[in-house]
Amino acid sequence: MAMTRQNAAPISGGDPDPVTEAVDLICGRYGDRPDALIEMFHDLQDGLGHVPETALKPIAKRLNLSRAEVHGVLSFYHDFHTKPVGRVVVKVCRAEACQSMGALPLIAQICDRLGVGLGSTSAGGSVTVEPVYCLGNCALAPAATVGGVLHGRVDAERVAALVTEMTGEAG
Amino acid sequence: MALIDDVDFGTPARPSAATVTLLIDGAPVTVPEGTSIMRAAQEVSRPIPKLCATDKLEPFGSCRMCLVEIEGVRGTPASCTTPVREGMNVTTQNARLERIRKGVMELYISDHPLDCLTCAANGDCELQDTAGEVGLREVRYGMDGANHFDAQVKDPIDVSNPYFQFEPSKCIACSRCVRACDEVQGTLALTLEGRGFASKISAGLEMDDFFSSECVSCGACVQACPTATLMEKSVVDHGVPTRSVETTCAYCGVGCSFKAELKGSEVVRMVPSKSGGANEGHSCVKGRFAWGYASHKDRITTPMVRESATDPWRKASWDEAIDFIATRFKDIQARHGKGAIGGITSSRCTNEEVYVVQKMIRAAFGNNNVDTCARVCHSPTGYGLKTTFGTSAGTQNFKSVEQADVILLIGANPTDGHPVFASRMKRRLRRGAKIIVVDPRRIDLVRTPHIEAAHHVPLRPGTNVAVMNAFAHTIVTEGLVDEAFVAQRCDMVEFERWRSFVSEPENAPEALAEKVGVDAETLRAAARTFAAAPNGAIYYGLGVTEHSQGSTMVMCMANLAMATGNIGREGVGVNPLRGQNNVQGSCDMGSFPHELPGYRHISDADTRALFEGDWGVHLHDQPGLRIPNMLDAAMDGSFRGIFVQGEDIAQSDPNTKHVQAALAAMDCVVVQDLFLNETAAHAHVFLPGTSFLEKDGTFTNAERRINRVRPVMAEKSGLSEWETVCRVARAMGYPMHYDHPSQIMDEIARLTPSFAGVSFARLDRDGSLQWPVNDAHPDGAPIMHVDGFVRGKGRFMITRYVPTEERSNRHFPLILTTGRILSQYNVGQQTRRTANSLWHPEDVLEIHPHDAEERGIVDGDPVSINSRVGATTLHARISDRMAPGVVYTTFHHPLSGANVITTEFSDWATNCPEYKVTAVQVNKSNLPSDWQAHREEFVAEHYRVTEPAE
Ligand code: SF4
Ligand code: SF4
Ligand code: SF4
Ligand code: FES
Ligand code: FES
Repeated sequence: MAMTRQNAAPISGGDPDPVTEAVDLICGRYGDRPDALIEMFHDLQDGLGHVPETALKPIAKRLNLSRAEVHGVLSFYHDFHTKPVGRVVVKVCRAEACQSMGALPLIAQICDRLGVGLGSTSAGGSVTVEPVYCLGNCALAPAATVGGVLHGRVDAERVAALVTEMTGEAG
Repeated sequence: MALIDDVDFGTPARPSAATVTLLIDGAPVTVPEGTSIMRAAQEVSRPIPKLCATDKLEPFGSCRMCLVEIEGVRGTPASCTTPVREGMNVTTQNARLERIRKGVMELYISDHPLDCLTCAANGDCELQDTAGEVGLREVRYGMDGANHFDAQVKDPIDVSNPYFQFEPSKCIACSRCVRACDEVQGTLALTLEGRGFASKISAGLEMDDFFSSECVSCGACVQACPTATLMEKSVVDHGVPTRSVETTCAYCGVGCSFKAELKGSEVVRMVPSKSGGANEGHSCVKGRFAWGYASHKDRITTPMVRESATDPWRKASWDEAIDFIATRFKDIQARHGKGAIGGITSSRCTNEEVYVVQKMIRAAFGNNNVDTCARVCHSPTGYGLKTTFGTSAGTQNFKSVEQADVILLIGANPTDGHPVFASRMKRRLRRGAKIIVVDPRRIDLVRTPHIEAAHHVPLRPGTNVAVMNAFAHTIVTEGLVDEAFVAQRCDMVEFERWRSFVSEPENAPEALAEKVGVDAETLRAAARTFAAAPNGAIYYGLGVTEHSQGSTMVMCMANLAMATGNIGREGVGVNPLRGQNNVQGSCDMGSFPHELPGYRHISDADTRALFEGDWGVHLHDQPGLRIPNMLDAAMDGSFRGIFVQGEDIAQSDPNTKHVQAALAAMDCVVVQDLFLNETAAHAHVFLPGTSFLEKDGTFTNAERRINRVRPVMAEKSGLSEWETVCRVARAMGYPMHYDHPSQIMDEIARLTPSFAGVSFARLDRDGSLQWPVNDAHPDGAPIMHVDGFVRGKGRFMITRYVPTEERSNRHFPLILTTGRILSQYNVGQQTRRTANSLWHPEDVLEIHPHDAEERGIVDGDPVSINSRVGATTLHARISDRMAPGVVYTTFHHPLSGANVITTEFSDWATNCPEYKVTAVQVNKSNLPSDWQAHREEFVAEHYRVTEPAE
C-alpha cells in the first residue's frame, strides 16, 4: 500500500518494457509538461493502438501528478481506449434522449448481431462496441458512431452493415 | 459526514479587514469582503440547503441546491459561489426557490437507494437532512430508470481500507471527497472518473482500490462525504454516535484537536475539530483511526509485583504495589544513599502527570535524578535555542508556514512524522513557496504530486553542521546578510566573531563539498535561495538533533535565521518538529536533572527558594543524573532503583544490550505504562497507566500550544496516573496531595512565570493557549521574539564542524540512519496494536540498488546488519531514496531491535544519542541474529503472570 510503498518504492532491475519505453519517449517529447497530458495520450494511442493502464503510473511519475489525476483525465475522454480495440469501433449512445428512443434494447441487438459483449472486442479483433453518453445528436436519437462517423436514427441492421462495409467481413 | 454540534458554514472564511453589509431575508448582516452569500446567511442563522459545499473546501457550484434570488439579478445564482456585495438584497426562501430545490433533490433521490432506515448514516446524512429541509416527500420520476443502485449495475462496496468503506451506489458525485483529498490533505488520491451519468469516484487507477491506491488514510474524504458512501467502519458496526468530548490526539507533536464521538461510554469515532488551533479540522491516520489500542486485550489494568525480574508476575492491590515500591526505594536509599534512585518522565503523559513525577523525585526522593526520553530526541533543541535566543522552544505557530516564501527543511520527514503539518506545508508549496530539503534520503517532499523541491541536499549522515557552515559562508561572503536586522537585534561582538569564523576558507562550500557528499554549487545555490526569501522559515526534526553535534546544529540554524533576518514575525523562524505528543510539555515541566519547571537552573538560589517555599522541602542544588549516567551508575552498583513513567527505554534508547544489563542490575525497577513493554521485562513493579482517552490534563505541542486532554471514559485501572504518583510520594514520606488535576496546573502556573496565566478554566474557555501566557502576553504568544529576543540580544555562536567518531570503515562500510513512517508511532507500542500494521507489518532495511547488487541482495531478502556493538536481521527493500553507502530503517517493532546496533555516541552538550549515524555492514542471511533468538526465550520468561489460586 502507498504508505509503505511510497516510502521505499522498490526498483525492479532489468530492461524497461515497451510501454515504459513509449511513455519515456512521448513524455520526453513534451518536456514532461502536465498540460500536454492529452497530447501524450493521443500519441500513445497512435503508437500502441490504445493507452494501456500500465502506462499511467510511469506517466504520473514523470509528470509529477497523482495516479488518480492521470486516470481522471484519461477516463474523461471517450476517444481513448484502455484496452486493445478492434479495427472498427462502434459507439452507441445510452444517454437520456437515446434511451427514450430505445437505446438499451438497441445496444443488446447490436452486440448480438456482431457477436461481441458491450465494452469488449470480438474474438477476431475486428470490432469493438462501446457505450457513450450523448453524442450531441439527440434530435436524431438513437445515435451511434461507426469507425468515427456519426449516424442518427440507427438500428442494429444498419450498424452491422456499416461494420461489414468497413471490415470486409460479415459481423 | 456532519459532526455532532458543528455548524457548517458552507464555504471557508475569507479573512479581510474590509467588510460588506447586505440584507438576507430582510435582516442586515456585515461580513468580511469576499465571503459567500451562503456563509453570510449561515452567520445570521438562515442556513441555505447545500450538497456540494462544505466550509473546509473551496466552493464548487455543482449541485444547484443552494440557489437564491438577488434583487435586480436575473435567474437564481448559486449562493456558495457568489460573493456578497454591498447593499445586496438576498432572498433565501420562497415558493419558487422551494420548487427548484425540490426538483433538484428529486433527481438526486431518484438515483439513490431508499434504505435510509437501515443505512449506517441514518441520522448523520446530509442528503437525508437536505431532503427534509427542502420538503421532499415523494419522487415523481419513479425509481426504475437507469440508476446506480440496482443489484445488477451496482458497484461492490470497497472495504479494502481497514478503517472506512466506500459504497458507490450511495454516491451523489458531489466531488467533496476528491476536493478534500486535494485541498485538505494534498495527496490527490481520488478522482471523478468518466463524465455524465457514467462518472464515479475512483481511487487512482482502474485496478486500484482504496488500499492499493495512493491514499494515506487521513480520513478527510470520509469527513467531507455528505452521504454514507464513505463511512467509518466503526460507525457501520456500532451506529451513529450520540455525544462528543473535545480532546487532543496523543500521537505526535502536532497535537491535533479531536472530538471523541461516543455512544454510551464507547468511542465510535474520532473526528478532528475545526476549532483545533494546530489542525483546524484535519487529521492523520493515527489520530483519526488508530485509537483502538486503548481497549486492546493486552492492556494491563491491575498493578503487578514480583521479588525478582525472573519471577512470574503476581497481581497486587494498589496499596500493596505502592508499599512495595516505597519499602524498596527507602531501603535502597538507606543502604546506598539518597542519590541511588531516580526516575524518568514520559513525553506521552500530560503536563500534570510529568510535573508530579519530577516533584516526587525532587521532593520525596530528595535528589535531582530526573530525566526524560526527550533526552533521546530533542534535548539539543532546548540547549541550542536557549543559548542563542533565550527560550527552549520553537518560535512559530504552525499557521505561520502559510506566510513562508522559502522553507528550509532539515532532517525531518513531515509527511510521515507530522502529517497534519505536512498538509499545511504542501498547501503553501502548491501556492508557490519554495522548499529546500536537506536530508540524506529523497523524502516525499523532494518530489510528490505538484510539489518539487527547489534544491535537495542529500548530505552524508553526520555532516549537518558542515552544510550549515557552507550556507553561512555563502551568505556572509556574498553579502547576503540582513545587516539592519543583525545591527538592531543581535549582539554585534558575537556577530563579528561569527562572521569571521564562517568566512574562513575551511567553511567554504568548495572546502566542505567532499565531506558532505554534495557539490559546492548545489550548496551555494540553496543558500542563496534561502537568503533571498522575503520570509525564510526553518523546520527541522530528529535528523538534526540525534547527532554528536546536535546542539551545535541547532545553533547553526539559529545563526542562519538571525543572519538572514528571519525571526520575530509570521512566515519565518526556527521550528523543531517534535516527535512525541508532549515532548515540549515534558521539557517545560522540569524533567531535566538541571532544570526546574520553566527551564530555570537548579543552582539558582532564588528559583530554588520559590519552590522550597511552596513544596515545603529543601532542594538539592546540584543537577542530578542523566539517563545514560543512571545506566552507567547502575552498572557500577551505585544506582539501584528507577521509576519509569510511560517509556520504553529498553527499546527506544541506544545500545539496547547496555540498557538491559543496567536494568537487570537494579533492585527496584518500577514501570508505569499501558502494556508490558520491553523495559517491563526487567521490572519489579508494574503500575497500570491510563490511555489518553482516560486522562484529564494538558499536552503542549511543538508550537507551545497547551491543549486540553479530557477523559471520555473512566480509568481502566481505577486510578489516575497523577494520583498513583502522589501515593508513591506519600508512601515515601512526602505529603503530596491534589483533589483534581486542575490544582496541579494551578501550582505550575503559580511557580512558573511562562505559565502564569494558564488554568484549566482558561483553557476550557479559550480552547488553547501558546506559552508564554503572562502579563506581557496575556493571551499567549503564537510568534516569539517579536520585539526582541527573550534573552535580550540574539547571540551568534561559533559552530565548528567536528566529524563524528562514528565513521564507516573497511569492516563497517555503510552508514545506517533511522527514521519513522506514517502509519506507526515511536516504538509502536500503540500503533502495532491497531490495523495500522497492515501498512507496516515489519521494519525493513532500505538499501540502494548499487550496495545491494554488490552484496547479492535482492528485494525481500533477509539481511543481517552488523555494527561494532550488535547485530540484527531484517528484510531488505531495494530503494534509490538514499545515496549509495547509506542504509535506512525504522524502529517501530521490538523484534527488529534497530537499537541493538546503534552506538553509545551522543551529543556533546546534552547526551542526546546519535541514532542517525551508525557504521554497519550488511550481508545476506537467513538466520535471526543471536539477539533476536535470545529475545524470544527472554520474552517468554519475563512476561509470565501467575493467576491467583482460587
Ligand atoms: S483518506 Fe485521505 S488520503 Fe485517502 S483518499 Fe481520503 S482524503 Fe485522500
Ligand atoms: S463519495 Fe461522498 S463525497 Fe465523494 S462524490 Fe460521492 S457522495 Fe460526494
Ligand atoms: S498529526 Fe499527529 S497529532 Fe495530528 S492526528 Fe496525526 S498523530 Fe495525531
Ligand atoms: S442522448 Fe444520445 S446523442 Fe444525446
Ligand atoms: S452547494 Fe452551491 S452548488 Fe452545491
